[in-house]
Amino acid sequence: MIIRSSDPGFQHPFPSEITPRSAYLGRRQWMQRLALGAGGAVLTGWAGRDAFAQGTVSARSAALPSVRSNLEGSQTIEKLTSFKDASSYNNFYEFGTDKSDPAVRAKSLRTRPWSVSVEGLVNKPRSFDIEDLMKMSAMEERVYRLRCVEGWSMVIPWVGFSLAELIRQVEPQGSAKYVEFVTLADRQVMPGLASGVLRWPYVEGLRMDEARHPLTMLAFGMYGEVLPNQNGAPVRLVVPWKYGFKSGKSLVKIRFVEKEPQTSWHVAAPQEYGFYSNVNPDVPHPRWSQATERRIGEEGGLLAKRRKTERFNGYEAQVGRLYTGMDLKRFF
Amino acid sequence: MGWLAHSAVKPWVFVLCLLPVFGLLWAIFTDGLGANPAEALIRSLGDWTLRALVLVLAVTPLRVATGVPALARLRRMIGLFVFFYATLHGMSYVWLDMGFDGAAVLADIPRRPFILVGTLAWFLLLAMAVTSSNRAIRLMGALRWKWLHRSVYAVAGLALLHFFWMRAGKNDFGEVTAYAVGIGLLLAWRLWRHLHKT
Repeated sequence: MIIRSSDPGFQHPFPSEITPRSAYLGRRQWMQRLALGAGGAVLTGWAGRDAFAQGTVSARSAALPSVRSNLEGSQTIEKLTSFKDASSYNNFYEFGTDKSDPAVRAKSLRTRPWSVSVEGLVNKPRSFDIEDLMKMSAMEERVYRLRCVEGWSMVIPWVGFSLAELIRQVEPQGSAKYVEFVTLADRQVMPGLASGVLRWPYVEGLRMDEARHPLTMLAFGMYGEVLPNQNGAPVRLVVPWKYGFKSGKSLVKIRFVEKEPQTSWHVAAPQEYGFYSNVNPDVPHPRWSQATERRIGEEGGLLAKRRKTERFNGYEAQVGRLYTGMDLKRFF
Repeated sequence: MGWLAHSAVKPWVFVLCLLPVFGLLWAIFTDGLGANPAEALIRSLGDWTLRALVLVLAVTPLRVATGVPALARLRRMIGLFVFFYATLHGMSYVWLDMGFDGAAVLADIPRRPFILVGTLAWFLLLAMAVTSSNRAIRLMGALRWKWLHRSVYAVAGLALLHFFWMRAGKNDFGEVTAYAVGIGLLLAWRLWRHLHKT
């Protein structure tokens, strides 16, 4: 039996109670004007692209209504990362390797028309129009921690539903052991593709049981709105117990396969990025420790202490059983 | 070019070299460092260290090119600014990234080659900074002093390697190449001059 406390925990505010984005953007613009006016030319160069990219937040997205998910583990009570930080500090290498690049350059991405092709070892392969895909199941809001392999983390309210809903519909065959996720690689709109950082298109993958786990979700929105392009519009994967790079953005293809997919980061640096890439403080990255993380927007700002990273990013109770008997140091 | 010999040049260069500090302080207090302020501050201080290094290496070529011997007065001051920014860079790492945990820092240095290289460069800068006075030159003897201070070339190499390894994770070498070309030209000029003098 699951013991529930009578304390409902942190109640997320209704969207209507949240300060409108235009209001705090207004404050930012005011601050920037102040900074530019007073500091003049001196300021412009050095404060860095990171700082000034903050001003270029895209126009307000359409609302994406949802109901609060009651899935166990889907409602962390931690303080949400601000929308501004979550939509301006992104790793989306197709748009550049600087974390401020995607917010600026992903504006050119067109998310309609869009289709996601589901193929491979399934009885009912088909291509889903994004509108149909979004109607497949009721939209739920889930608040997940997101831990990047680089050592920072956020708390984001995603809108979407379990990938399992889609998997059920296409009826995987018995031989399907893994799911491969292929993301958009369009040279017309993605300047990052010219660089050789990774093999394009970006490919990620999950074992079938991981893909079917209810926490694994297809997200179409965040913060009650349609996903901003830089966060992986129109549809992305969110796997909260794995490092962020496992959650592919702007998905175009989902393939059911027998062999472990050749995932982009694993191909680029096999000794640094394993197929599983479960968040694990006990397995350091070859070039840095994974024992702690910096929570973006943490109280205390610049001087905020790093947090201890939790096994499976704090989702061990939900997903630990998937890995019973597995040597997690070997299969990192 | 005669104005370069003016006595006001040095204080102006001093103020100019301090501007990044004021800029960063302003950014800190106006929430201008972005989503990850600690990372932005550490990296920005690293950038300024590299820029100061390029500047100090440019003093001698500039002096020879302009024929204004008075420019030599700037070299020590700018060199100390390299040390100053490198120290702020290192301190911000120890403080903001490592929470002043000495054991964690000692464990981190050998694990991450790029941090090891950066630390080595800082110790060389420290050695040059503490021997930067006229008294130190007298005590050490000009020849030994000159030898020690040639380690600025080693610092340049280590700093570039540090930056290269930092960016290697993202295969993003545009800026690294720019600094490498700049520093490379300044060192090549010295080599060329050395070969043609003898």
